[in-house]
Amino acid sequence: MREKLVFEISKKGRVGVSLPRCDVPEEEPERLIPERCLRKDLPLPELSEPEIIRHFTRLSQLNYAVDTGFYPLGSCTMKYNPRVNEEIASLPGLARLHPYQPEELCQGALRLMYELGEYLAQIGGMDAVTLQPAAGAHGELTGMLIIRAYFLSKGQKRHKVIIPDSAHGTNPASAALCGYQAVEVKSDKKGCVDIGELNKLVDDDVAAIMLTNPNTLGLFEGNILEIAAIVHRAGGLLYCDGANLNALLGVARPGDMGFDLLHFNLHKTFSTPHGGGGPGSGPLGVKKALAPFLPVPLVVKQGKRYLLNYNCLLSIGKVRSFYGNFGVLVKAYAYLLSLGSEGLRQVAENAVLNANYLMNRFKDHYHLPYDRICKHEFVLSGARQKKRGIRALDIAKRLIDYGFHPPTIYFPLIVNEALMIEPTETESRQTLDRFADALIKIAGEDVKTLKSAPHHTPVGRLDEAAAAREPNLRWKK
Amino acid sequence: MHYIPNTDGDRIEMLQAIGLASVDELFSDIPAQVRINAPLKLPSAFSELELLEHARQLGAENANIDDYVCFRGAGAYDHFIPSVVKQIVSRAEFYTSYTPYQAEISQGTLQAIYEYQTLICQLTGMEVSNASMYDGASALAEAVLMSCRVTGRDRLLLSQTLHPEYRQVVKAYLQGISVEAVEIPYASGLTDLDWLKKELNDRVAAVVVQHPNFFGLLEEVDEISQIAHRVGALFVVSVDPISLGILQPPGTYEADIAVGEGQVLGNEMCFGGPYLGFFATRERFVRNMPGRLVGATTDSEGRRGFVLTLQTREQHIRRVKATSNICSNESLNALAAAVYLTALGKEGLRKVALLCLRKAHYAWRETAKLNGFSPLFSGTFFKEFSVNCPTSPPKINQVLLRQKIIGGLELKGSYPEHENGLLVCVTEKRTKEQIDEFVESLRKIGEEQ
Repeated sequence: MREKLVFEISKKGRVGVSLPRCDVPEEEPERLIPERCLRKDLPLPELSEPEIIRHFTRLSQLNYAVDTGFYPLGSCTMKYNPRVNEEIASLPGLARLHPYQPEELCQGALRLMYELGEYLAQIGGMDAVTLQPAAGAHGELTGMLIIRAYFLSKGQKRHKVIIPDSAHGTNPASAALCGYQAVEVKSDKKGCVDIGELNKLVDDDVAAIMLTNPNTLGLFEGNILEIAAIVHRAGGLLYCDGANLNALLGVARPGDMGFDLLHFNLHKTFSTPHGGGGPGSGPLGVKKALAPFLPVPLVVKQGKRYLLNYNCLLSIGKVRSFYGNFGVLVKAYAYLLSLGSEGLRQVAENAVLNANYLMNRFKDHYHLPYDRICKHEFVLSGARQKKRGIRALDIAKRLIDYGFHPPTIYFPLIVNEALMIEPTETESRQTLDRFADALIKIAGEDVKTLKSAPHHTPVGRLDEAAAAREPNLRWKK
Repeated sequence: MHYIPNTDGDRIEMLQAIGLASVDELFSDIPAQVRINAPLKLPSAFSELELLEHARQLGAENANIDDYVCFRGAGAYDHFIPSVVKQIVSRAEFYTSYTPYQAEISQGTLQAIYEYQTLICQLTGMEVSNASMYDGASALAEAVLMSCRVTGRDRLLLSQTLHPEYRQVVKAYLQGISVEAVEIPYASGLTDLDWLKKELNDRVAAVVVQHPNFFGLLEEVDEISQIAHRVGALFVVSVDPISLGILQPPGTYEADIAVGEGQVLGNEMCFGGPYLGFFATRERFVRNMPGRLVGATTDSEGRRGFVLTLQTREQHIRRVKATSNICSNESLNALAAAVYLTALGKEGLRKVALLCLRKAHYAWRETAKLNGFSPLFSGTFFKEFSVNCPTSPPKINQVLLRQKIIGGLELKGSYPEHENGLLVCVTEKRTKEQIDEFVESLRKIGEEQ
């Protein structure tokens, strides 16, 4: 099914919306604005309403989605997005608010933000939380700026941030954006930070270490207390990338392990939908010593009233306008209340159980570079299959034919032909078994079938090299 | 827990399959001293019914713009959203899908974003648009960072007529790198061109203005663009996309980067987010752009298809050398913008812009007739204008609230020199009746002085 572009459907004279008549004097724009400031032509498409609905509905049908199938995407936590969250987020009393409306007329919104901040602090073992960052990477940037401001306030200028070789790409990118030199620490044979290496790298020029725990191999950094001691002894801080927090909910808290900062991915751990790439939300929690540097405003409670406090002398300022992705915060808040403290732990337990169950099913069919209990995700290697000329990409594309979204591939970088699988707690054992059956079957399939996969999609494998060589980034007449 | 399919029976069988006796053993690799033994201090689980009731109560403690008449803008605007927008973005195939890395099963999102990029180019007159940034402010911050990369220079000139929060965000983004941001003062509500000419030199990476500016006024963008280009600096402009229904697009006055807040394109005000920042520039800068890009290409059978492209700029490939650290963007909000721009189309967007223009001018003229109220500046404006009030704006707003009117923004907070300044916004949603009532309330307040 191929769908034309809106520009190809457009016909002169069609309109897609009815607008009110002008009930004030209809002055010519030239009388109100100098003619040189007015545009001569507005080259937007012209479609009627039924055409618009059909076009975008047909486009939607070309998408895979959580509501249509299983996404075993490592480090992305593609869990079910509860419907009650959507209903609540669209209530007029929560969706139709101006960000600058007076405090006395947004007490409900401020209370929601205040309570969500408290819950997140409690879950992460942090002392204070900002809800402002719009995504995980934005939380990282905020964290890096706070770390920098913290050291400056102590009269120190540190230049290095240590990042494991298994880290998400956002970690080094965020550190660099804040002017830090990213220094890589190698993983040891067990897939965790090499303590010997770390000891050699840590000195008083290290501002922080950024760790994902469990790491991107799905393994808990068992030496975390020692890592914390090493970094803290040199005066450095520990930043936790919370992408993998789903494994720890109600089980353990980064704040208790020595982490000083932690960002939360509400669009992963806290069930808000990915929206085809966003909006996300990346609140950042910090320990007490770092709280004075958080972005403004902070929601505070005075008696029974909630206020926005802009009066923070040491604050890094703002990382986006207003207060954050409020609509996303509402959904995460609803999710947390649906779970309660008891449900929270069940999430982690079932996510980890599902991952271990699934991992166990692949042991005889794929190389498992780190064969130990995993947390919420695990990484297979397609090394055996590669010997027959089959790449991780081919396996991934073939899974589409079986009705599954491919896992994350070629990441983390330290595993050859990596297939990174995260089932989440919202999948049933039957789904996991069907997925395992498919992936195991693929391991034995012939090269030709795999190389030409997927076979039943609206388009086949696309020429990405041509797309990058001669970029066509917009439609032209 | 109804979001978890596993039953007790499933769990027992799955544990047996792994060879473990209990769920606790799954966590034995976590040091005992950091494992939690008691439940966290969180509320007990709410049933769905209780949760909905609780949320409605929270909502009832807020004034929503269905019940109040909003004359406040300043970066978030009460524009009309056609029903088609909500219907499309509420399709689960869009909102529960992941980032479209697997192109074969993401053609819906990819094509919609390609259309979004094209629509933004059509609207702004620029050559390329990315797939969105977090919001208008962070898009502006990314624009100034890109200006430094492109020019290799380390000084920025930011107009004081830029939204105060945007300036704050730009400065925060610059904290870790050695780039200096200097504010251009304003005269008569507009960027001071004499000052600009004096201070501009070949160290400057970009001149940054907002158009219409924070006070609602149209800047002299043609001239600023020329002044900036004379020393090889880029001209970066933050624009209101609704104003582009009638105003010259940035491409015609040779802007190098055009950014702005896309909330007005079909997204609820939602207490400040999620919104989207649009980001458009010249083709020759494309490899320096931040954020995702969708491109058209073909498959082996020659069928047209869409993919994420030029990913070697991005963090998941380039890591420390990436053009930005952004990963998640505001894809669903960009989809809303695409549907909005398609629904409004050529005629509709012009009409909305004209309605804003005429209604704002009607409100301004009626206000200016009142005793004690006078325009703060004499420049040309679009949908927002600044007035000087006979009494303190907080007092005025208190009175208006009693009539369920959310009045203008008090300028004093960010511009202490305008003690009695009020920034009033009038969109196409305001009726003559509402404007008359607003003005009548101001009249009474003025007379009581």
